[in-house]
Amino acid sequence: MLTKRIIPCLDVGAGRVVKGVRFQNLRDAGDPVQLAAEYERQGADELVILHVCADGANDAAHRETIRRVRAEMSISLTAGGGVRSIDDVQALLEAGADKVSVNTAAVRRPGLIDELAARFGRQCMVLAVDAARTIRGWEVVTDSGRTRTGIDAVEWMREAVELGAGEILLTSWDRDGTKAGYDLELLRAAAGAVNVPVIASGGAAGVGDMAEAIAAGADAVLAASIFHDGQTTVGDVKKQLANLGVEVRQ
Amino acid sequence: MTPGNGAAQGFDVAIIETGTANLASVANGLRRAGAVPRLACDADDVARADRVVLPGVGSFGAAMQRLHDDGMVETIRDRVCGGRPLLAVCVGMQVLAASSEEAPGCPGIGIIEGAVTRFAGAVRVPQIGWNRVRADGCALLADGHAYFANSYRLIEAPAGAAIATAEHGGRFIAAIEMAGGALLACQFHPELSGAWGLALLRRWLSANGGAAC
Repeated sequence: MLTKRIIPCLDVGAGRVVKGVRFQNLRDAGDPVQLAAEYERQGADELVILHVCADGANDAAHRETIRRVRAEMSISLTAGGGVRSIDDVQALLEAGADKVSVNTAAVRRPGLIDELAARFGRQCMVLAVDAARTIRGWEVVTDSGRTRTGIDAVEWMREAVELGAGEILLTSWDRDGTKAGYDLELLRAAAGAVNVPVIASGGAAGVGDMAEAIAAGADAVLAASIFHDGQTTVGDVKKQLANLGVEVRQ
Repeated sequence: MTPGNGAAQGFDVAIIETGTANLASVANGLRRAGAVPRLACDADDVARADRVVLPGVGSFGAAMQRLHDDGMVETIRDRVCGGRPLLAVCVGMQVLAASSEEAPGCPGIGIIEGAVTRFAGAVRVPQIGWNRVRADGCALLADGHAYFANSYRLIEAPAGAAIATAEHGGRFIAAIEMAGGALLACQFHPELSGAWGLALLRRWLSANGGAAC
């Protein structure tokens, strides 16, 4: 049986891990290579590295960070942030990523999802969705939360999966970095709308939140703050999830 | 992907390019297991190399097209039939089969009988993540968790092969060992399967003349 994944996320800018609240007020949280190796040792199932500046894929220094992290790791690595084209994806895969996440560029031009899935396979094509609550549901926000698109987030996920997205990295913009818990209603809506794996992101304060996200339909949970702050380890999280009856790799 | 130095010298592994594979991760995994990975130059190189890896990410049809274009299909078949070391990964394993539901009308290399089919049942597709593998009766493969990223799989074992299995909407073939470990075909990604995957790569190298521990 497929186990539920615990995925630490490194937001990287200028070669350093940073973390903010609702994508703003970024502060230094360490060296990406060191943190990546430490998280693998703790039992992380995958790692996500997101470039926090909009030009991630064109940034030679960022590709070098991916290359250095890959050299130290034997688990899957997803790279994202500022990915706009087939060439961007190719460059990140060559640097050592196994999957690439696309966000703003796919909202602007959904055909990009189709092109990337056809070229690299859907299992390589992760759609990152930042969703903010509205009166009626959730809308897609882009450009690190600066642009409200008015696009219904659940409809967008459904369309993107039809186009070729193989996995959804779903971040609640309202909860990101707040430690207020994942947006469980959003997760339920997403898990019901698409048949690809859904990664829950944004708001984890502890194991209880992760267990709830998994019960709501998430196949994986992503967290940054609680691991970077040393509040808990991946190993402890997995032990506690196993005690709660969640199937994890230990 | 340049030759390393010192102790690892001689454990040459030629990687066949299938166009879209995660070559950096595959090469990195082999390097960490003690090998000296490099890209294969051409079909002659693949015929002669001591050890060959056939990776694969992406689609069955695209991978077969690339192998045909590069004149690799007969070469790979001859290698396996001659019992010469080959490690096939993910779509690299699937193209060894006779056909795939993913690319109707496009024959595979046909070393493994049977067709590759899409996951069925109430499970999410693609299968992405760590699944429990059972490896009763295998020499190189061991029980443990392996990392998968696939929408299609084999469900029938070829005659005379040792197999490892896993469950995702029913039992499927996680890996196949043939010819005393010369052929190791994995649906999962050993290069992304942590310490368990590295240990498997070391055992395959070791069983095929590249004692890498």
